[in-house]
Amino acid sequence: MSERLEATRNAYGEALVELGRTNKNVVVLDADLSPSTKTSKFAEEFPERFFDVGVAEANLISMAAGFASAGKTAFASTFSVFGTEKGLNQFKQSAAYPKLNVKLVVTHGGISVGEDGVSHFCIEDIAVMRSLPNVTVVVPADAVETRVATKAIAEYEGPVFMRLSRPKTPLIYEEGYRYAGTDLTFHLGKSVTLKEGEDVTIVATGLMVVEALVAASDLAKEGIDAGVINVHTIKPLDQEAILRAARKSGAIVTAEEHNILGGLGGAVAEVLVENTPVPMARVGIRNSFGESGPWKELFAKYGLTSSDILKKVKEVMKRRG
Amino acid sequence: MAPFGGKTAPHDEDLIKKLDAIALSLRSDSLIMTTKACSGHIGGSLSAADIVAALYFHHLRHDPKNPDWEDRGRFILSKGHACPVIYAALAKAGYFSREELWALRKIGSILQGHPDMRRTPGIETSTGTLGQGLSIGEGMALAARLDGKSYRVYVLLGDGELDEGQVWEAAMSASHYRIDNLTAIVDLNSHQLSGCTDKIMSLRPVADKWRAFGWHVIEIDGHQMKQILDSLDEAERIKDKPTVIIAHTNKGKGVSFIEKSFAEGHSEYHGIPLTESELAQALEELHE
Repeated sequence: MSERLEATRNAYGEALVELGRTNKNVVVLDADLSPSTKTSKFAEEFPERFFDVGVAEANLISMAAGFASAGKTAFASTFSVFGTEKGLNQFKQSAAYPKLNVKLVVTHGGISVGEDGVSHFCIEDIAVMRSLPNVTVVVPADAVETRVATKAIAEYEGPVFMRLSRPKTPLIYEEGYRYAGTDLTFHLGKSVTLKEGEDVTIVATGLMVVEALVAASDLAKEGIDAGVINVHTIKPLDQEAILRAARKSGAIVTAEEHNILGGLGGAVAEVLVENTPVPMARVGIRNSFGESGPWKELFAKYGLTSSDILKKVKEVMKRRG
Repeated sequence: MAPFGGKTAPHDEDLIKKLDAIALSLRSDSLIMTTKACSGHIGGSLSAADIVAALYFHHLRHDPKNPDWEDRGRFILSKGHACPVIYAALAKAGYFSREELWALRKIGSILQGHPDMRRTPGIETSTGTLGQGLSIGEGMALAARLDGKSYRVYVLLGDGELDEGQVWEAAMSASHYRIDNLTAIVDLNSHQLSGCTDKIMSLRPVADKWRAFGWHVIEIDGHQMKQILDSLDEAERIKDKPTVIIAHTNKGKGVSFIEKSFAEGHSEYHGIPLTESELAQALEELHE
């Protein structure tokens, strides 16, 4: 892990500009949040291909579908809570159902939004979006992964929901998408095993991947060999990697900045129960909307730190016996 | 030159007669297919039949042999419930056989209960949840502008549909972006599912609302073919702003007992098809 911090939304903004230079077919829409979603960078360089619809998320998503119907690759961005919940029927009906090339890329996912509080949090987006047929759901773990993911979803033909975050967070990968000295290739629908483990596997997504790595390193000090899998694509889920980890380590802990219901934990539980039931525990937000505060303090209060993962690891290992 | 459309004035008597006759056949087929399907929306199909005939058989540029033709005009049925009349028009234009109409709403049919762009040749947009068509049309119209294409986009809205907030989001952005290759048509039949629009949710003054949002407004009798054709031509001439044609129509137009029922404030023919005997009576009246 690097000392350098960067927000995933920032990487998205820069990746969009790169994309705009190589792919003239890309259009970008935003709903009055471009300075925050960072689509403003694209707007500056390609004003003719950028459309701000004002504070109107339903219009945002249906217009993107119109562009996609006419052959464009349409990126639509806003905060997760607005894109997911004010434009859900539009996304379902006018993008997901007809399999149109709409990329709904939202920033400010989860509770790491911080001080703005509950009205601006979104802790149910993964659950909602992964229940829609035809939709690919992507949650990158850091800025480096966001760059390659943005390119990958543009090349993929079909509707995508990608969730990004507000705060600056540590880089897990080295520039160019390398990890521990190895070059990686980003594949939609494939997870990245960051560390193999014999005793337990932590399956994490988004900002919780950093916490998972810290937990694994702390566990190692106690003689517990924990694996870490970064699930950057929640749907389609990399079942093979999860089942392999379950068989190898015999216990799974999921970690996500999301409601405990229906997100990554739910998706992993579905796969395990139908195939290889092993003791499993979920780290996530439990039955709460949250509150305003600095995001790291919120992570501590609402159970989203490496020590919360560590506790769950010990719990599942005890259950496994 | 496309097999259909892209045509403007003159609108002579023969043309009007031809299109009136087509509208009549679209009305009968809408009624037959919904009775066979035991479901479907007839009131709003009949009110829109003349507009649909004018578009599909004269004004709209399209090619049934090549539904994906890049330069085709785009028609969006934002009031997706009225798809029977579009299906009838698509069959008559040659996108698929008339026999397909009798499988409407049945399992495995290419004709879904509401429009599905992936299943039905000639259907441009999947609609049925009201309020989204105008936004989608704007995306298409702006894409045409970016690509330097000359095609126009037509969006047919219901008046009940104007209750949807998204319509006004789209109305605002269409004039903000000065989208002049977009024509909205409101089928103002004065009824929505549960009653008259005046009673359920008043739209008055509807023309002023559109004007206030920056649109060029044309008001017509939506059953007078010449007025429909002239208004479509006028919309093409208006530059720098979008145009809405507010078409005053009768819900159930063409079948007296349906029109009468709506005029008396009932809603029984909104989403329920005719019985076999009602259908026989209606067809007799249409073809008198």
